[in-house]
Amino acid sequence: MSNASSQSAEEARFQARIDAEDKIEPKDWMPEAYRRTLIRQISQHAHSEYVGMLPEGNWLTRAPTLRRKAALMAKIQDEAGHGLYLYSAAETLGASRDEMYRDLLSGKAKYSSIFNYPTLTWADIGAIGWLVDGAAITNQVPLCRCSFGPYARAMVRVCKEESFHQRQGFQIMLSLAHGEPEQKAMAQDALNRWWWPSIAMFGPPDGESKHSAQSMAWKIKRHSNDELRQRFVDMTVPQADFLGLRIPDDDLKFNADTGHYETGPIDWDDFWAVVNGEGQCNTDRLAARQKAHDEGAWVRDAATAYAAKRAARKAAERIAAE
Amino acid sequence: MADHLFEYTLRLGDNCLILGQRLAEWTGHAPILEEDLALGNLGLDLLGQARAFLTYAGKVEGKGRSEDDLAFLRDAHAFRNVSLVEQPNGDFGQTMARHLLFAGWYSLVLERLTQSQDSTLAAVAEKGVKEIAYHWRHAAEWTIRLGDGTDESHRRMQSGLHQVWGYTPELFRMDETDTAMLRAGVGADLAALQPAWDARIDAVLVEASLERPSSVTRSNGKQGVHSEHLGHMLSEMQFLQRAYPGMEW
Ligand SMILES: [Fe+2]
Ligand SMILES: [Fe+2]
Ligand SMILES: [Fe+2]
Repeated sequence: MSNASSQSAEEARFQARIDAEDKIEPKDWMPEAYRRTLIRQISQHAHSEYVGMLPEGNWLTRAPTLRRKAALMAKIQDEAGHGLYLYSAAETLGASRDEMYRDLLSGKAKYSSIFNYPTLTWADIGAIGWLVDGAAITNQVPLCRCSFGPYARAMVRVCKEESFHQRQGFQIMLSLAHGEPEQKAMAQDALNRWWWPSIAMFGPPDGESKHSAQSMAWKIKRHSNDELRQRFVDMTVPQADFLGLRIPDDDLKFNADTGHYETGPIDWDDFWAVVNGEGQCNTDRLAARQKAHDEGAWVRDAATAYAAKRAARKAAERIAAE
Repeated sequence: MADHLFEYTLRLGDNCLILGQRLAEWTGHAPILEEDLALGNLGLDLLGQARAFLTYAGKVEGKGRSEDDLAFLRDAHAFRNVSLVEQPNGDFGQTMARHLLFAGWYSLVLERLTQSQDSTLAAVAEKGVKEIAYHWRHAAEWTIRLGDGTDESHRRMQSGLHQVWGYTPELFRMDETDTAMLRAGVGADLAALQPAWDARIDAVLVEASLERPSSVTRSNGKQGVHSEHLGHMLSEMQFLQRAYPGMEW
C-alpha cells in the first residue's frame, strides 16, 4: 500500500499479516487508527441493530396473524442479539458499553439512517425484511472475512440470521402482492418508500466515501460501496418482478452487455438530509433510546447495588467461617 | 363436557396470548439490551403456547375457528384470560411483579397438566413447563435484585407488587368449568395450588426483603369480565384483521 519507509516496523508487520489474510485478535498489536476505525464501524453497526428494533417493534403489537407476530418477535429478538455480539466485539477493542451508548444518545455516533424512516403500514415490515435485511446481508457477507477476528466471527452468526429475516420479509411481501387489491397497494406503497433509502444504505458513491481506501487496505472492507450496491440491485430487481411490484425508478434498465441493472441517479442530498437529522423519525428514534435509557437507570443501578451487596455478604461469610 | 374443554383451553390460550402481547410492548424499550432479549424470549414462549392452545380450542369447539379467528375476531368479553395478565406493564418492577405472580402460578398449573387425561393439553404442558420454569426463575431473580438493590428499586418493586397483587385470588378460585375439568381428570385443582404458590412467593419476597401485600381486587377475567385495559389492548392487536376483514397475510 503506502510508502513502506513511512511505516514503522510494527505497522509493516501488521500490514503483512493482513495481506496474508491472518486474523487480527484483540490482544495483537494494531495501529491506533485501525482500532479506532473498527470501534467506529462496529459500534455503529451495534447501534443500528439496537435502533432498528424500534421501527419493527412499531408493528409487533399489531401484527396481522399470530404466526407473523411470532416470526417478527423472533426477528426483533435476533436483532437484539446482534446488537449484543457487536457491542461485545467492540468491547474487545477497549470501548465500553457506557461510552458507546453515550455517543449514540448524544448523536456523536451514527446508526444506519434507514431507521430514520417511519413504518407506516404492515407492508413496511415486509419491505424492511426484504430490502433492509437484504441490503444488510449484501454488506455483511464480505465482513465475515474481515481482518478483525471477533467482528468476522460475529458476522458469520449474524449473516445466517439476516438471511432468514430477508426470506421472512419477502414472504410477507409475497402474501401481500398476491392478496387483495388493498394489500397489493400497501406492498407497492412500501416498496415506493423503501427502495431509494435501501439502495442508499450502501453509502456514498465510490470516490466520495471518506473511509473507504484505508478500510480496503486493512481488509475491513472488501468491496466498494458501488460494487455492493450493484450486487444488491441485481439480486433485488428480479425479486420485485417476481412479486409483480414496480421499482419506483423510471430509468431502471438491464444492460445486456454488462449483465447488470442500471438505476437512475440516487438523490444524495435527500440521503444526507436524513442522515443529518431531517428524517421523519431521527428525533423519535433517539428520544425512544434516551427514554429507555433514563427509565432503565434505576434498574441498572439496582442490579449493580445488588451485585455489590451479594459480593460483600459472601466475603463476610467467608471471613466468619475462617 | 366439550363446552368446558373449549372454555378451559381458551383460558390457557388467552392467558398466554394476552401476557405475550403485553411483553411485546416492551420491545426495544427495556432497561438494558440483555433484557430486551430476555423479555422477547418470554414473549415468544407465551405466544408459542398461546398458538398451541388456541388452535386446539378451535378444534374442540368444532366450528372451524382458527387460532387467528380466536385471537383477532373476538371482543373483550369473549376473552377468558385471568385479569392479572392484562394489567398494564407499568415500570419494569411492575412487569416483573406481574410475571412473578403469574409464572409462579402457571408453572404449577402446567406441572399438573402434564398428567392431564387430555393428551393434547398434556403435550403442550410438557413442553411449556420447562419454558415457564425459566420464566419463574427470571422473575424471581429480578424481584430479589430489585427488592434488595437500592432504596428506589425497593420502593418501586414493592409498589409494583401492590399494583398487581389484588388480581391473584382469581388464580385459585374454582368455578364450574374448573371443577368439571378437574373431575374429568383434565384440569388442575387450582385451589390446591395455593399453598405451594404461597410458599414459593413468600420465599422470594423474604429474600428480596419485600412485604407480602394483602390487597384484593374483585376480578373475573376468566369468565369474561375484564378490566378497562383489555379493550384497548385488543383494539391495537386486532387492528389489521378488523380493518381488512377476511384477508390472508
Ligand atoms: Fe441484525
Ligand atoms: Fe445488521
Ligand atoms: Fe435482521
